[in-house]
Amino acid sequence: MPQVALTVNGKKVTVDVEGRTLLVELLREKLGLTGTHVGCDTSQCGACVIHLDGASVKSCTMLALQAAGRSVTTIEGLAKSDGTLHPMQEMFREHHALQCGFCTPGMVMSAIDLVQSHPEGLSEQQIRHGLEGNLCRCTGYHNIVKAIAAAWPLMHGKTMPAAAE
Amino acid sequence: MYDFTYQKPASVADAVKLLGADPEAKALAGGMTLIPVLKQRLNKPSALVDLADAGLAGISVAGGTVRIGAMTTHATVANSADVKKAIPALAKLAGGIGDKEVRHRGTIGGSLANDDPTADYPAAVLALGATVETNKRSIKADDFFQGMFMTALEPGELITAVSFPVPEKAAYMKFPNPASRYALVGVFVAKGPAGVRVAVTGAGQNGVFRQKAMEAALGKSFSQAAIADIATPADELNSDIHAGAEYRAHLVGVMARRAVAAAG
Repeated sequence: MPQVALTVNGKKVTVDVEGRTLLVELLREKLGLTGTHVGCDTSQCGACVIHLDGASVKSCTMLALQAAGRSVTTIEGLAKSDGTLHPMQEMFREHHALQCGFCTPGMVMSAIDLVQSHPEGLSEQQIRHGLEGNLCRCTGYHNIVKAIAAAWPLMHGKTMPAAAE
Repeated sequence: MYDFTYQKPASVADAVKLLGADPEAKALAGGMTLIPVLKQRLNKPSALVDLADAGLAGISVAGGTVRIGAMTTHATVANSADVKKAIPALAKLAGGIGDKEVRHRGTIGGSLANDDPTADYPAAVLALGATVETNKRSIKADDFFQGMFMTALEPGELITAVSFPVPEKAAYMKFPNPASRYALVGVFVAKGPAGVRVAVTGAGQNGVFRQKAMEAALGKSFSQAAIADIATPADELNSDIHAGAEYRAHLVGVMARRAVAAAG
């Protein structure tokens, strides 16, 4: 059986996998990191979004072996060891950006990538557009968008420029 | 998913060797189509040959040509300052494929080798008169696309890069399927050394095609008015649950006029 060595939430791991083992299966079933969800299993809903070397990807549509030597961050890897939440998680809580919570891990991972990749600022339209790979069937997105806008200044340590487009 | 052997060769030569040694082996690029297909058990390769380490990613601009390595992701093309400067329409097209998670994995080479009739890149390659480079030869865009999911690629032949001549002006407009973001109809209009070329994706029964009546009209006068009365015959267009052929024919005109306006 092949082995894959990678870094997950800062920790080096080596795991036995099959060729066909998906990255999300490695995370959930081999490592017990069940915060990453499987919703549609067809790369549409975004519940399985994780960061691969900092970029958001859908872990249900990637083989575990494709992640060899790479660094994966899941929702479990965001909070500090003392329990302090990541600013994006904190803002999701502050703005009630979830109801059932199923899509939330993927939303948060996608949102962090969106904010990090837009140091020039984000308009509401850009935030809505940036979430096109994440489906939420409860909240109607409104509070999720608010939470992301509120997280931007916390993550960049400055006020968001007004007319960012 | 049926199981398979996974291999990640460090060069194109090694990848070609692995694929040549096993007729049931398949090349894996970004996997944004292949992995979903395997999950549905629609295909059963004995081995996947991952091209991620074969040195095929990267963008260079020189002598009026933008050359994009086959394993370059859509996100890299969309965010490339070089591509944005040389062929902004191409960067915009890449930024409109799927969603940002898909763009972080999907590649130009994978998209072209798959030749999905509703994919975006084929329209850019055909309208810009690009050249598809493989491990064996260079293939002109007009010869590359040969029908739905059909290309000129031979068994064991891998796309290594795509070279786009920089046009005088160009624009791409698509009417995306609201669920998948694939093109219900997408039209790429380009004016370059080879004249005006108009390529339509998402609509044709045989995949991407050139709208030559519009090309001729735009060659005389590059304006929305020049193509206002040019209809696209519906009889060779797709009808499915998302749109009928007549509606797609109508959208070709609308998207083409918007593209002409955007190209300026």
